[in-house]
Amino acid sequence: MFVKGVRIIQIKYMIAKNDFSKAGAAASNIKKTLRKLGISTDVIKRVAVASYETEMNVIIHSYGGKMYLNIDVEKVTIIAEDEGPGIEDVEIAMKEGYSTATSQIRELGFGAGMGLPNIKRCADNFEIKSSLGNSTIIKMSFNLK
Amino acid sequence: MKLREIQKIINAEVLTGEKHLDNEIETAFACDLMSDALTFKEDKTLLLTGLVNPHTIRTAEMMDIGAIVFVRGKKPDEATIKLAEEVDIVIMTTPNILFTCSGILFANGIKGAELSCR
Ligand SMILES: Nc1ncnc2c1ncn2[C@@H]1O[C@H](COP(=O)(O)OP(=O)(O)OP(=O)(O)O)[C@@H](O)[C@H]1O
Ligand SMILES: [Mg+2]
Repeated sequence: MFVKGVRIIQIKYMIAKNDFSKAGAAASNIKKTLRKLGISTDVIKRVAVASYETEMNVIIHSYGGKMYLNIDVEKVTIIAEDEGPGIEDVEIAMKEGYSTATSQIRELGFGAGMGLPNIKRCADNFEIKSSLGNSTIIKMSFNLK
Repeated sequence: MKLREIQKIINAEVLTGEKHLDNEIETAFACDLMSDALTFKEDKTLLLTGLVNPHTIRTAEMMDIGAIVFVRGKKPDEATIKLAEEVDIVIMTTPNILFTCSGILFANGIKGAELSCR
């Protein structure tokens, strides 16, 4: 099954805006998938936390989007792409404690402004691309070796 | 300390995961915003929170946290209990407020969970 350099798994998840009833379903499925493959618990936990934060950001802050899980022999890669509205200043958004979450969202337990810094800390490689009026694209990977 | 003893000293009612009450807990942390919880290193950790909804359960699932204490007598709704059963974690509810509950546990040797710094 593990042929060198060949992608062995690709799963796509649809994430709807404000769909709190399904919130975390993608991250939970990602976690289960990695566990079945026997990936180390340290990697699984980092992937789980980062994908949960990413999924919640798409649900809370975007118009909806998709998340992709790719696994090959070397790494786990998660890509999230939403339909906007984008982030005006990515550098500020990456700061711990920065959040535009409403009080309603905070009542649900989000809006600490810790999500993006958390994702960056968990991943071995992290890229974010966004600007106002455009999609936010996040690409992160986790080394398996 | 076993979850069973924790249940006793904070006067809690167990809502799910009865069969895991012999699991050991060494550390705990308390917060109402889930991203704060998502920055901790798991080490037989207990989550104390006033946030009673399915996101609390999801957070615990992601973090491999085996037990949650809801403070101030808060009781989760049907959906939250169902998710907790599905992911197989212990939830209990205590009449104590967060501060009192943390104080009792600390006085009984439970330490604060460490932040993970990578
Ligand atoms: N996919 C996205 N689309 C648009 N804006 C986003 C997106 N993700 C993050 N942001 C913006 O970046 C800010 C910081 O995000 P971050 O995840 O760090 O914190 P948060 O989501 O507000 O709170 P927390 O993640 O702690 O619950 C958000 O408040 C929001 O303004
Ligand atoms: Mg966030």
